[in-house]
Amino acid sequence: MLEAFQLPFMQRALLAGLLVGGLAGYLGVLVVQRRLSFLGDGLAHAAFAGVALGLLLHREPLWVAIPFAVAIALLITWVREQSSLGDDTAIGIFFAVSVALGVLFMSLRQGFAPDAVAYLFGSILTVTPTDLQVMGLLALLMLFLAPLWRYWAHATFDRELALADRLPVLWHDYLLSALIALVVVVSVKVVGIVLIAALVVIPAATARLLSQTFAAMTVLSILIGTLTVLPGLVAAYLFDVPAGSAIVLVQALLFGLALLKRR
Amino acid sequence: MAALAVEIEQYSVRFGEFQALQEVSLEVPEGAFVAIVGPNGAGKSTLLKALLGLERGSMRDGPTRVTGRVRVFGHPPREVPPGWVGYVPQVKGFDRSFPALAIEVVVSGLRRHWPFRIGREERRQASEVLEKVGALHLVNRRLGGLSGGELQRVYLARSLIRQPRLLLLDEPATGVDVVGEADLYRHLEAYQAEHGATILMITHDWEAAQHHASAVLVLNRRVVGYGPPEKVLCHECLSQAFGHVGHAHQMVLGGR
Repeated sequence: MLEAFQLPFMQRALLAGLLVGGLAGYLGVLVVQRRLSFLGDGLAHAAFAGVALGLLLHREPLWVAIPFAVAIALLITWVREQSSLGDDTAIGIFFAVSVALGVLFMSLRQGFAPDAVAYLFGSILTVTPTDLQVMGLLALLMLFLAPLWRYWAHATFDRELALADRLPVLWHDYLLSALIALVVVVSVKVVGIVLIAALVVIPAATARLLSQTFAAMTVLSILIGTLTVLPGLVAAYLFDVPAGSAIVLVQALLFGLALLKRR
Repeated sequence: MAALAVEIEQYSVRFGEFQALQEVSLEVPEGAFVAIVGPNGAGKSTLLKALLGLERGSMRDGPTRVTGRVRVFGHPPREVPPGWVGYVPQVKGFDRSFPALAIEVVVSGLRRHWPFRIGREERRQASEVLEKVGALHLVNRRLGGLSGGELQRVYLARSLIRQPRLLLLDEPATGVDVVGEADLYRHLEAYQAEHGATILMITHDWEAAQHHASAVLVLNRRVVGYGPPEKVLCHECLSQAFGHVGHAHQMVLGGR
């Protein structure tokens, strides 16, 4: 088993998993507490459309998916702000449009590409050094923005109080949506479009069951997000199953245990 | 002449098609205790939020249009020095699934952001103000498990920790039992006595307003009445505000 991790692509897979797990775990606490779990899913489907467009244009899919998903994220936030439609309606509309576009782009492409399937279900073993660089940069960005946690948490707890305290709540809403979009896109290769929402939601939901404070919930969510990657990868290697599903199942198992512990 | 804590001049707010406030003019001297009464939808919360510089209502259909002037201690609301105004929002909007301890909520009032870790000095300050509102025993309790009245005290402590000169409360007694409500007025009056603060409080409890407030503002999108309780809580004003004077009101007014 250990010899496997001496192979470069396995090392990249592990590193990618850890980075993505940590990023999704961190933002996940905000997604879950702001009741935006559907947003993760919506943006995953926006990523799908972006990837399909990239494949259609014969460009590196992630470079197209990133601006596409970020644009959709900002639009969703704007629609939420402007209209009295519920969050889920706004997201649902963009979700549907993204899927329709993605299917359209894929059909316009000559032949049914196996790599499209790889993006749907993840292919962590084909993570390239460039992918890792992007993930690393995103992680650095998140670290740089770490001091904003205190403002995001405050607005998440009570938006009105945060506004009364003169926090730029609206700007932060847009920033968070864009960051979630970025994390979603870089997660595509690790767990696939179909499972990204799980990666964002499950560690945070588990952490909440076990935490008394939001600070503890944040730290725990990051830990769960990162640490579940290793057993997931090991299980994938041993049983020859997709890494993405293995990781998410490990996380779901942890959630189930936490739920039982709470009773 | 006493300095003015709040000065509102011909202030109107419109959310799309809905006129929330119409040409409201008001002067509140420092040290006053003003009870704001009126029917639902009268714009009471909107008025309070205007003093905080929050003009966005919960209605998002249509643009927000605001005219008129609002001054708090002579400043536009967004330029009032931080800490001068304390705010206790309606507690009903709180998300109980958010993992928070009471002390964190109180410290967030001190720092104006959410605490990651709480230092000893902050803990001391928070405990002190919690004790003042009779909630010291709640300090490490999880927010989700608190009753309405207990939650109210925590929010009150949060609003008082920076010793504001103006305290704004939105229906603080709703969902609180009678004993809790009496306690609330006791704490508010004690705070006022100690700090000379000005208090504006939205309430549905007219009897309490009569007994504790130095002035009452009857609001129904417009100012229907404003002045000492005995002058304002009269039949004509109330029927104008509420369209009728119900039985409960009759009892409060004592047949005046």
